[in-house]
Amino acid sequence: MSADKKLWGLLAQYENPATLTHGCERVKAAGYEKWDACTPFPVHGLDKVMGIPPTKLPWAVLIVGLTGSTFMLFFQSWAMGWAYPMIVGGKPLFSMPAFVPVWYEVTVLSSCVTAFLANWIMNGLPQPYHPVFASKAFERVTDDKFFIMIEAEDPRFNLEATKKLLSESGATLVEELEP
Amino acid sequence: MGTPTATVTLPDDPKTRGDVVLPEVIEGREALVRGPHDFHAVTEMVVKINEYPLLKTPNGLKFGIALAAAGAAMFGGYVGYLFWEGPGIWGNNTPVAWAWDIVNFVFWVGIGHAGTLISAILYLFRQKWRTSINRFAEAMTIFAVIAAGSCVALHTGRIWMDYYLFPIPNQMGLWPNFRSPLEWDVWAVNTYFLVSLLFWFTGLVPDFATLRDRATIKWRRYFYGVLSLGWRGSMRHWMTYEKAYQILAAFSAPLVLSVHTIVSFDFAVSQLPGWHTTIFPPYFVAGAIFSGFAMVLTLAIPAREWLGLKDLITVRHIENMNKIILLTGSLVGYAYGMEFFMAAYSGNQYEGFTFLNRMGGPYWWAYWIMMSCNVITPQLYWFKKIRTNVKITFVLSIFVNIGMWFERFVITVTSLHRDALPSSWEYFVPVTEVFFFAGTFGLFFFLFLLFVRFFPVVAMSEVKSVMPQANPHWEGYGHAHAHGGHAHGEHAHGDAPAPVASGVPATAVATSGGHS
Repeated sequence: MSADKKLWGLLAQYENPATLTHGCERVKAAGYEKWDACTPFPVHGLDKVMGIPPTKLPWAVLIVGLTGSTFMLFFQSWAMGWAYPMIVGGKPLFSMPAFVPVWYEVTVLSSCVTAFLANWIMNGLPQPYHPVFASKAFERVTDDKFFIMIEAEDPRFNLEATKKLLSESGATLVEELEP
Repeated sequence: MGTPTATVTLPDDPKTRGDVVLPEVIEGREALVRGPHDFHAVTEMVVKINEYPLLKTPNGLKFGIALAAAGAAMFGGYVGYLFWEGPGIWGNNTPVAWAWDIVNFVFWVGIGHAGTLISAILYLFRQKWRTSINRFAEAMTIFAVIAAGSCVALHTGRIWMDYYLFPIPNQMGLWPNFRSPLEWDVWAVNTYFLVSLLFWFTGLVPDFATLRDRATIKWRRYFYGVLSLGWRGSMRHWMTYEKAYQILAAFSAPLVLSVHTIVSFDFAVSQLPGWHTTIFPPYFVAGAIFSGFAMVLTLAIPAREWLGLKDLITVRHIENMNKIILLTGSLVGYAYGMEFFMAAYSGNQYEGFTFLNRMGGPYWWAYWIMMSCNVITPQLYWFKKIRTNVKITFVLSIFVNIGMWFERFVITVTSLHRDALPSSWEYFVPVTEVFFFAGTFGLFFFLFLLFVRFFPVVAMSEVKSVMPQANPHWEGYGHAHAHGGHAHGEHAHGDAPAPVASGVPATAVATSGGHS
C-alpha cells in the first residue's frame, strides 16, 4: 500500500452480535464520530451503544398524514356540496358520517406513503455505490457477518491507531477501503 | 415475561411433532427455527430456490408456472371476451344483479386479510412466530387483492369508464359520489393494495440485498441490485427502517379491520333483507381472517414440503394458525347463529323469510355446504392431534376455502333472488362465470409461483433477528465482554439452555415467551 493511495476508511469484520457490540462500545468510547455498524438484521440495543439519535421519521408521517386527512375532508365537502351540489339518497349536502370512510382511508394512505418514502429519503437510499461494496468480505453483511466502518475523514482517524483499536476489539479482519 | 414457559403439554410421543420426528426431546415450546442452524444456514435454506439457474428451475415449479400461466392467459382471453360482449355473458339478471363477479371479489379480498393480520397485527402484538410466514402471507395478500381488483373492476359493465371511480377532473365537472358505499370500497381496496405493496417491498429490501450480494452472474446482480436500492445493513439505516416498518404496521392493523368493514358496507348500507344488518362488519372481518389463514395454510404446507423449509415453517407455526382459524371460525359460526336470532327477534317478516329461504329455499345446498365447511371444520381444531397433523390441516384448509366462497355466494345470491315482487323471482344459474373464476386462480398462482421462484419466500433478516444467537447477550457467547453501562431493557435470552459456546447451538431453542 503506497502512502499516496486514497483512503476512504477502515472496515472491520466481526463474527457475531456479541463481539460486534463490544467493538462498537470500544469505537464509541474512543470518541469516533464518522463511523457505522452494518449488520444482517437490526441488533437490538446496539443503537444505544452507538448513540444513534431517535429518527425523526414519525414527525414527517404526522405532518403529511394530518395534511392529507384534512385535505380529503375538505375535498369531499367541496366536491359534494359546492362543486356539483346534488342530493343523493336524501342525505344532506354536507353529510359528514358518509365522508368518514374515504377520509379515513386517505389518512392511512398519505401516512403510509410518507413512511415509505421518508424511510428511503432519510437513509439516503437508493444509493447505487458505496465504498464498502468494493470489499469482498462485505458481501456477507446481508448473510451472517457483522461490520464496523470508520471513515478516514473522522478527526480522530489515524490509520495505525484505528486499525489497532479495531483488531483489539475482536475484529477478525480489518480492511482498508478506497473511495 | 422472561421466565421459561414450560407448562405446555407435550404430545403423547415427545419425540414427534406433527409430521416431524425430532432428533431429541424438546422441553417446553418448540423452537421458532428448528435444528442446529446458524444465520448462514437460514440464508442458504431460503435462497436455494431463488438461486437455481433459470433453465434449471425444478420441473415441478416449471410445470406449475406453465399451468398457472395458461390459467392467467385464459383470464386475459376471458377479459377480452367480456370487453367485447359485455356482462351479458354472465347469468346475472334482475333481480340477481350481483352474482359471481361480486362473490369472487369478496372471496379474494377476504383471503388477503390474513397476510395483513400476520404482518401488522401479530407484529404489533410481538408474536415472533410470524417471521417465518409473514413474507409468504403478504405476497398472498397482494396477489389476492390483484385478483379481487380484477373481479370488481370488470363487473362494472362499461369497463372503459372505470376511471369515473376516481376523482379525476373531467369535462362534466362531476366528482365521484363520496356518499356511496361503492365509492368507499374503491378507496378502501386501492388503499389496501398500495399500503400492502409498500409494506411488502419495505420488508423485501434487506433480503433482496442478500440475493444481490450472493449473485454470481450479471443479470442477477443487476436485478436484485436495483430492487435492493443499495441496502448495506447500516445500523443507522436499520433504526429508521424499523420505525417506518412499525408505522406501516400500525396503520395496516386498522386497515385489516376497515377494508372488510367497508366491503360489508356494500351490502349492509342497502335496504335488502339479508344484507341490512349491523352485524355485517365484524362478521365479514372474522370471515376474512378465517378464510385468509386457510389460504395461507393451503399455500404454506406444500411450500414447506417442496422448498425444504420445514425447519423454518414448523408445526408450531401451523398449530398457531390453526388456533386462529378455530377462533375466527367460531366467531363466524356465532355470527351465523346471531343472524338467525335477529331475523326471528326483529319480528320482521321479510327478514324471517329471507333466512328460512336460505336454509330451505332453492339454494339450500349452497347454505348447507357453507354451514358444514365453516361451522364444523374449525371445531375439529379443538383437538391437538388434529391441529398438529399437517396432512389433515391441509385438507381442512381447503374445506374452509370452499365454505367461505359459498358464504359469499349465499349472502349475495340468495338475498337477491327473492325480490319483494314475487313475479320477478328468479333462479340464478352461472353461464361462463366459471372461466372467470378459474382465470383469477390462474392469475393468482402465476404471480405467486413467480414470487416463489425469484423472491425470498421467508423474511430472512426477520427470522435471524428472533433466533437466540441474535441477542448479543445470548449464553452461547458467554458474558466475557464488558458493557459500558448502557440501558438495554429486558433481554430475550433463550428460555431453554443452549449449551454450546461455538456460536452455533446444538439445539437452538427460542420461545416467544422471552421477548422484551
